[in-house]
Parts: sequence; C-alpha cells; structure tokens
Amino acid sequence: MYYRTHISVKNLNVSYGSQKVLNDISIDIPDKKITAIIGPSGCGKTTLLKSFNRLLELQEGVSIKGQVLVDGEDINDPNVEVTHLRKKMGLLFQRPQVLPMSIYENVAYGPRLHGIKDRKALDDAVSHYLKEATLWDEVKDRLHKPASRLSIGQQQRLCLARGLAVEPEVILGDEPTSALDPISAERIERKLLDLKNRYTIVLVTHILRQARRLADYIIFLYMGNLVEHGPVEDFFENPKDPKARAYISGQFIESSDA
Amino acid sequence: MDTRRLKDLIARKLMFMLCIGILSIVFLIAVGLYIRSLPILVRSGIRDILFSSLWRPTEGRFGLAAFVAGTVWVTTISMVIAIPLGIFTALYLSEYCHKRTRELVKPVIDVLAGISPVIYGFWGMVTIVPLVRDHIMPFCVGHFPFFPFLSDNYTGFCVLTAGIVLAVMVLPIIIAIAEEVLSGVPFSMREASLALGATKWQTVKGVVLKKARPGIFAAVILGLSRAFGETMAVLMVAGCAMHVIPRSLFDPAYPLPALIANTYGEMMSIPLYDAAVLLAALMLFLVTVLFNIVGWKILGRMEDEA
Repeated sequence: MYYRTHISVKNLNVSYGSQKVLNDISIDIPDKKITAIIGPSGCGKTTLLKSFNRLLELQEGVSIKGQVLVDGEDINDPNVEVTHLRKKMGLLFQRPQVLPMSIYENVAYGPRLHGIKDRKALDDAVSHYLKEATLWDEVKDRLHKPASRLSIGQQQRLCLARGLAVEPEVILGDEPTSALDPISAERIERKLLDLKNRYTIVLVTHILRQARRLADYIIFLYMGNLVEHGPVEDFFENPKDPKARAYISGQFIESSDA
Repeated sequence: MDTRRLKDLIARKLMFMLCIGILSIVFLIAVGLYIRSLPILVRSGIRDILFSSLWRPTEGRFGLAAFVAGTVWVTTISMVIAIPLGIFTALYLSEYCHKRTRELVKPVIDVLAGISPVIYGFWGMVTIVPLVRDHIMPFCVGHFPFFPFLSDNYTGFCVLTAGIVLAVMVLPIIIAIAEEVLSGVPFSMREASLALGATKWQTVKGVVLKKARPGIFAAVILGLSRAFGETMAVLMVAGCAMHVIPRSLFDPAYPLPALIANTYGEMMSIPLYDAAVLLAALMLFLVTVLFNIVGWKILGRMEDEA
C-alpha cells in the first residue's frame, strides 16, 4: 500500500543526559491517516511524538540529533519559526490541560495568539470548533464559565476544540483517552476517526485494542528502538519481529541479547 | 487506656491549646489596644483625630492626619517601585533564567529578606539620602517644577528616600513568594500554550501570570503589610518632621510606626498622650489585619474562578 508522507523522521537520536531514549529512529508518518505509536512504557513513544513539534527541546538536559522533516522541511533548521511549526500540530495530552480561563477563552486562545482580534470571527471559531469537538451542546449556555469546572472528559474535548481552532494539519495525541471514562474515551476515538480525512493524526497509545480500532499504520517501539512498523493489518495479523509478536499476544518480551 | 493512646490524646490537646493560645494573642492585642486608646476616643472622637493634622500634645490636640498621610505616601511609593520590579524579577527567575542562576539568586534573596531593618535604614542614610539630595531632587525640581516634585526640604530625608528603602526591603518578600507561585504553575500548562504556537511571552502573559495571579496578589499584600508596619528603616530616613502633611516626593514624612517608636514612653506625663499613641497602634493593627482579610478574600474568589 502506498502512503503519502507527511512527517519524515531521519536518524533521530534523543537522550536525556546520559540516558539514551531514542536510538536512530527513521520513519515516515503517512499523510491523512491515523498512525499509532505503541510499545511498553518508557520505550520513547511520547519522546518521539514531542519531537514532531519541538516540545521535546523544553525538557531539561535533552539532546536531539537527526532530522524531522514536516512537509519536507527540517523543523530543527534555525530558519524555521517554531511557533509556526507548533501551530501546524494540535497536541492532546494524557490529562487534559485546560488553560486557567473560561471555556470560550480556551478555544479563542489559539486564534488570538495568531492575530485574530475580530469578535465575530472569534465567536464563529469558538462555536464551530466546539461543535467539531461535540462539546457545544453541553457548554453553549456557560461559555464564559471557567473551563476547569468541566468534567475530565469534557475538558479533553475542549482541548481538542482548542487544538483544532489553530487550524493545524497534524493532530498529535499522547494517550489522549487514558485519563477518561470509557464513554468519553469512545467519543474522542470516534471524533479522531472522523477527523482523519482532513488531518494527519499520530497517537501514542498503550491500549492495543485502541490502536487496532483507530490506526491505519503502526509504529512499534521497544527500548528506544524502532522494532517494527507497517499497516495495521500487517502488524497485527502478521508481525515479523518476535518482540512485536510477544507484545501483541500479551507475553513478556524476551530481550534478544539475554 | 493504654499509654500510647494517652500520649496521642495529650499531644492533640496540647497542640490545640498552643494553637488557641496564639490565636488569643492576636485577639488580646486588639482588645488591649482598644481599651488603652478608649480615653482619647471618648474625648475627641475618631473623626477629629483622623482628619486633623494638629499635633499639640501639651494643648490636648492629637490630630493624626499628618502621620497617616506620611504612612500612605511612603507605602504607596514603595509599592509603586516594588510591585513591578518584584514581579518581573520573579518572572525572570522562574521563566527565563538558567537553572543555575536561579539557584544562585534565590538564597541571596532570602538573605535580603532576613536582614535587620536597622541595616536597611543605615544603608538608606549613607547611600539613598545623598543620592536623592544631590541628584534626584535637583534634577526633578529643575525639570518638573510641579506636583509632586516641588519642595523646600533639601535634606534628602524625605518620602521618596523612605519609599525607596522600603521598596528594597519589601522586594525580597514579593520576589520570593511570587517566584514560588510562578514555579508552581504546572509545566504541562505552559506546554499546552506553547503547543498552540504561543511564544514564550504570550505563554507567560496569557497563562502563567493568569494562573499565578492569586498567589502574586498574596505576595503583594504581604509585601504591603510589611511596608505599612515597617518602623526602624523608615524612621531613620523619612525625616520625621512634625506638623507636616507631605505634599511632594521630597517633603519629610512622619509615618505612624515611627511616631509610636519615637515617642511612646517618653512623654507619658502629658495626659492622654499614651492613649493617642496607642490609638495610632490600633489603627496600624486594624489596617494590617484588614489588608490580610481583604487579600485572602479576593484570593479565594480568584481561585474559585480559575
């Protein structure tokens, strides 16, 4: 199957201090598909995800080598405006991070950052993206109430609306449903499926069934190494690497050098 | 009952009593000051005392207006200087500077907060007084011959000097608390803003400061009550001239705490003198308590909204 590439990682090495977290990763992320990054805890999933929008460089003592190309452009190039890059990437965190302001202001925050001042345009954006995140009906009467009063599930949908409101091309999700109840999680999942026609989506998840439900493409990391990657059917039906096979079937992964 | 539980009970009761004891000290101070200042309140009435600047103890006139005005001037100036400086320094420390710089600067700030007021007063006398007298005042009077720069007090012991010294004293408090509060804003909240394409400054302004606002407010309030009640340093540099309501940055002032410290115990033979001074003390006490209550009230409401 042929995929158009949106994000291309080339020989990416990341370490925190002396601890190596990602080891020479090279991978292409397909355009307008859902890619799931899976693997056991501590294998570098989130690190890989955060390297796409350069949030990684905020970590203390991190060193990043190698290239990440987004739309063919090296994001670590000094000419790249990091704010533009990040605007291209909506990010959903493990726990929803609402900003300390009203529901309305949370969604309007992004557009405002990028220079939209017109009240009408902001109103439209807020209602449009809240509808897009299927939150509008629940909050339309209390838009100016603090966002922190929403339930966790609602907060995550608010974060989705906020992320979409900057009109990104890519949605990055760092286990975006892990803190949510099953019903809220399902709503987020359905929304992501719905959005994949228009956005490239990269999800970190440790839930295999979620990866299988949502993803078109799987990246399996183990101890900072890219072990296996491929279309979802191939990966789950016919994993080539013994580690991937063990992980899928829920067995302990035998270290190859043990 | 076995001894373990007895000890537990005793410990609890003891700590409860200590807590009550400390609370009652505050209460007793208020009651004591009120009772002792009652004679002058009965004689003159609070309005007469507050709005008259006539301080002639021998004639039985105890107008506190000049002292109140002195306190207001000095505190206001110190806050105008210390609030922006303090907040921006705290922002720099928590958001911008290198971790090692922060670890170097923070203990120094704590030391500054702990230095005795006399030392600040002395420092003010030898550096700020000449600075104001020889440079700031001639410049201001020469270039801006209008309120609040006009004055005929050329000594350098004045409202501005006291305000500057106070600001320096209050700064470490504001910086330390504000920095603590700012550092307490979760990193993930900054990340959320940055991930939307915000610049550092947009994030600081729109998210970090917003989230930290109640705490910063508390820092300012605590700084304010310190400035308000500070006695020694102010007394040494404010000029302490009687009968004058300051009308300029360069006029001398005689703030309330300085009045109390300077005169209480000296002129006790004058009738009602001690009542008047203790009334001043009661006012200081009440205003400080009020600051704190108002501060925490607003704080609580802000937290509800955030």
